[in-house]
Amino acid sequence: MEYILASPLISILFFSVFIPVVDGITKNRTTVFVLTLLGLIITGILAIYTLLIPVETIQALDSSKTITKNMIMFGGFSAYFDILFCLAGILVILASRNYLNREYGEYKEYYSLIVASICGMILIAHSNNLLVLFIGIETMSIPFYILAGFFRTNQKSIEASIKYFLLGAFSTGFLVYGIAMVYGATGSLDISIISSKIQTGQAIEIYLKIGLALLIIGLCFKVAIFPFHQWAPDVYDGSPTVVSAFMSTAGKAAALVGFIIIAKGFLPKNSFNEVSSLLNTNFKLILAILSAITMIIGNITALVQKNVKRMLAYSSVAHAGYLLMGIASNNQDGWSGIIFYSTAYLFMQIGAFIVVSVLERQTENFVTYEEYSGIHKSHPFLAAVMSMFMLSLAGIPPFAGFFGKYYLFVAAVKADLLWLTVIAVIASIISMYFYIGLILQMYFKEPLSKEPESDTGLAKITLVISAAGILFFGIFPQIIVNFTENLFK
Amino acid sequence: MLEAYLPLIFMLIFGFGIAVIFLVLSEWLGARRITKEKQTTYESGMQPFRTARDRFSVKFYLVAMSFIVFDIEVVFLYPWAVQFKMLSPEAIIAMFIFIAILFAGYFYELRKGGIEWQ
Repeated sequence: MEYILASPLISILFFSVFIPVVDGITKNRTTVFVLTLLGLIITGILAIYTLLIPVETIQALDSSKTITKNMIMFGGFSAYFDILFCLAGILVILASRNYLNREYGEYKEYYSLIVASICGMILIAHSNNLLVLFIGIETMSIPFYILAGFFRTNQKSIEASIKYFLLGAFSTGFLVYGIAMVYGATGSLDISIISSKIQTGQAIEIYLKIGLALLIIGLCFKVAIFPFHQWAPDVYDGSPTVVSAFMSTAGKAAALVGFIIIAKGFLPKNSFNEVSSLLNTNFKLILAILSAITMIIGNITALVQKNVKRMLAYSSVAHAGYLLMGIASNNQDGWSGIIFYSTAYLFMQIGAFIVVSVLERQTENFVTYEEYSGIHKSHPFLAAVMSMFMLSLAGIPPFAGFFGKYYLFVAAVKADLLWLTVIAVIASIISMYFYIGLILQMYFKEPLSKEPESDTGLAKITLVISAAGILFFGIFPQIIVNFTENLFK
Repeated sequence: MLEAYLPLIFMLIFGFGIAVIFLVLSEWLGARRITKEKQTTYESGMQPFRTARDRFSVKFYLVAMSFIVFDIEVVFLYPWAVQFKMLSPEAIIAMFIFIAILFAGYFYELRKGGIEWQ
């Protein structure tokens, strides 16, 4: 049984080792491309299968007797996020081929790196132990550093890679130091043991506080929360666009799962002692303040951007702020809200970045607002789907972005964070300006003399899936909501 | 409880003391003949006056990577082999999986020409 439950992990690990071997054997790029898609699809199907296994079966498993020795948890939201990561990988890889061939050259390593980072993300989603969480975060981040600098003769790409690497290494330091402090406070790395020790007040208070703060700093770096968000615009702007699409959705979702796991363990709702409940209220307040500042800063800086790719980068900072609302409210509604929002965000952000990647040339041309003027005449399909993504990012019904925001706002109100909800509404009104501005630019301005060419290829599949996804989950949001209700029990 | 740390404190005092005594003694008793070569920075026999922004061969990294592959293998294989009798049969499978993963990395390096020196 445990092998079936661990099958997504085993499958992705197998493929992340097997694909470089195939890369070594064959010179054929299509083989590696198809194998990568196959691997992600198989992992996704296995994850769907494990998600459908009833909770009782998983709970009946004596976790201390399994081969994983309680370090890894199965089913539930972990399996859901596995599906999400595989989906993001598939969408991005489909769109990557033409883009890479046109802009720089398609190297087979790209696919190995994407699969390796997905392996890390899946490990994060399954972690029940701080060390496993740490290994997962590193396995995810190291391929990201390489992918950010994948255009290795392009200065902006190298700059993005170096910046990301240095700051990422720095944040990892915080994370490890936090883990050490928590170990000192509770004498364990197992999150369920730590949780019970916090609830019964057996933890040393001061070390626990410092440790938790350092852990949160480390994770905030990865999610790009204020004041640790400065790397995000430069990295997302400088990296190859398809890589930005992947990093800003799947990478962010993975770091947020880490956040959920930490918050679930360290900020238990039923606190039986003073220290634990004090910890709970204080950290909730801190996270709420960070979330409020992040969404305001992200949206205001996105307001003045002239470059669409950079605007999307800043807006991804703002969306990290919205997502953090779910952690700050620290209840089941908040976590299901994060699940819904990251699903919707995955479709709309990948879609928007892929539209940029289809239109841009030599990483410099056709990325500014002016160059998008009147493209609905030459590219009616691209303009239509881009408008859908923009409306969804702005949070306008009937698209999935609206319901994502709605569920997060409801969760925050239920957690007595009415002020945070008000700020979030104001921030999303600010964001209307630049999202709708792009639509105006595309539909109501005269086209420039020099029109962009489009080179969609397989990216068309990505765009259609993303657009269908945000429309489908916007019209039938209860499908995910009914489903996620049971995931956090 | 603090008594358990007493040897540690003694070790600190003696370690520090011996280092200080040797430094003082060599300064006090040792002869000093200053030459130009002795006063320069010692940098593994290389000329230390060059710009630090220099390119050096990517093969340094390849050697380092191959070293890591084999080094990690030995580090985990040795204790495993010593304790082999006490371990369950699962340990054999686990070690073979581990070696297979390492070998995949080595194979990739080999095929990409990591060992070809020209």
